[in-house]
Amino acid sequence: MSDIDLPLPIRTDLTAPYWDSLQQGVLSYQKCSRCGHGWLPARTECPSCLHDQWQWVAASGQAKVVSWVVFHIAYHKAFENRLPYNVAIIELAEGPRLISNVVGLADPNALRIDQPVTLRIEREGDFALPRFVPA
Amino acid sequence: MRGKAVIAGVGHTAFGKLEGRSTVSMNIEAARKALADAGIDKSMVDGLFVKAPTSKFEMMYAQKLAEAMGMMPRIGGVYDHGGASNISMISYAAMAIEAGQCEVALVCLADNPATGSRHAYEKSWGDDDVFGWFGTPSGYAMIAQRHMAEFGTTRDQLGAIVTACRKHGAANPHAQLRKPLTLEQYRQSRLIVAPLTRDDCCLVSDGGAAVVVMSAERARQLQISKPVSILGFGQGQTSWEVVQRPVLTGTAAAVSAQTAFKMAGLAPKDIDVAQLYDCFSIVPLITLEDYGFCKKGEGGHFVEGGRLEIGGELPLNTAGGLLSETGMPGLQMVIEGVRQIRGEAVNQVPGASTCIVSNQGGIMHTHSTLILGQ
Repeated sequence: MSDIDLPLPIRTDLTAPYWDSLQQGVLSYQKCSRCGHGWLPARTECPSCLHDQWQWVAASGQAKVVSWVVFHIAYHKAFENRLPYNVAIIELAEGPRLISNVVGLADPNALRIDQPVTLRIEREGDFALPRFVPA
Repeated sequence: MRGKAVIAGVGHTAFGKLEGRSTVSMNIEAARKALADAGIDKSMVDGLFVKAPTSKFEMMYAQKLAEAMGMMPRIGGVYDHGGASNISMISYAAMAIEAGQCEVALVCLADNPATGSRHAYEKSWGDDDVFGWFGTPSGYAMIAQRHMAEFGTTRDQLGAIVTACRKHGAANPHAQLRKPLTLEQYRQSRLIVAPLTRDDCCLVSDGGAAVVVMSAERARQLQISKPVSILGFGQGQTSWEVVQRPVLTGTAAAVSAQTAFKMAGLAPKDIDVAQLYDCFSIVPLITLEDYGFCKKGEGGHFVEGGRLEIGGELPLNTAGGLLSETGMPGLQMVIEGVRQIRGEAVNQVPGASTCIVSNQGGIMHTHSTLILGQ
């Protein structure tokens, strides 16, 4: 895959620990210190109990596919030579969900709902991205 | 509040590409026509409820519009529930009238994404861009995929919705797309974001629409010729982004419909005709389930066999809906509901005495329901 012009994430004080941990080979999520709820993407308050005391904790990398789509048109020129590609809603074993790609498939549509997948961290530009492969 | 408020007049602009028309201009044209339809003067309007144009967000837009129409409303403003805004505003207008906050409300929307900015339809989702996650069809495609996988819903069943809307739109002289689509043609439609194709996606349209809301009592005093009763309304908000939504295949449309049916004292079996927001083909199917016309997961089967076409058990989107009449977000469906109850629709359902209308916004984030009757 080419990384030319890929629209990369914007690092903020809130999200920097997330991207830094991926550089270290770990997918992390936020866990509330008060009620134990875990979530992604990064927020300043727990969406369950609304408190602001939380920490970044490591995910196991085990997950499942909630749903997926396959893009046949490019909304951004960096994806023109990647068509068709999938985007999936991934639910981590710990509960938090994220948008990602399931890679390592001959056919990007060869998925099923609730299919088990495993984390595979891939580098794009200066970022290490959480992608997934069939478990 | 069943029947306490009525829709006294409706109006709309042409639908399609309206080069050079501002949203203020289109709002005024629609309002002028709605007031003329009701047979009242603008000086009687003391409530102004406006949907925010999505193609270009402007602060204090309702005041800008009020100034352009020479009005000083007692109550109103811009409401942003996305496409659910229209019915939400009609319900707020009805409640404001009941609470003595105004007497005659104008509810309107105008937008120009076809010749103005389409930004709202092609937007980035921030840090997820890096995964290639863009646009509006993709979120609906996620929902459709899950529904198909979980319940066995098929492409042909989505096609039954599309072909019904396109058939109805073809007969509507105001429709932007007057080209019927066969199921065979639907099957050949180009994939956009699988499992959705070009023909599963609504039109992108410029246009404006407006309705006049007042109390049934005021309508009698003013001898309004064809008032249509507001029998029930409701709202529900799913709110979570698609990725975070605990259940992808159901929405707060269920809550919205329960509220509206309870107010109206009606059930799905009492409904003669439906105008269900069809920005994407999967939406009416899920709305039919959430509204209780069939059980969850049975929407695919329900839409088959011509049930949604004129002459069927529950004619859907009789002016063509967003898939064929205009992609404008929703108020035109209320107007078609009014035409059906008045008996003035192009594809008239004989003797229609109840019509349910849905509006929804975002990617099924917000939902509003309106039940109209005689």
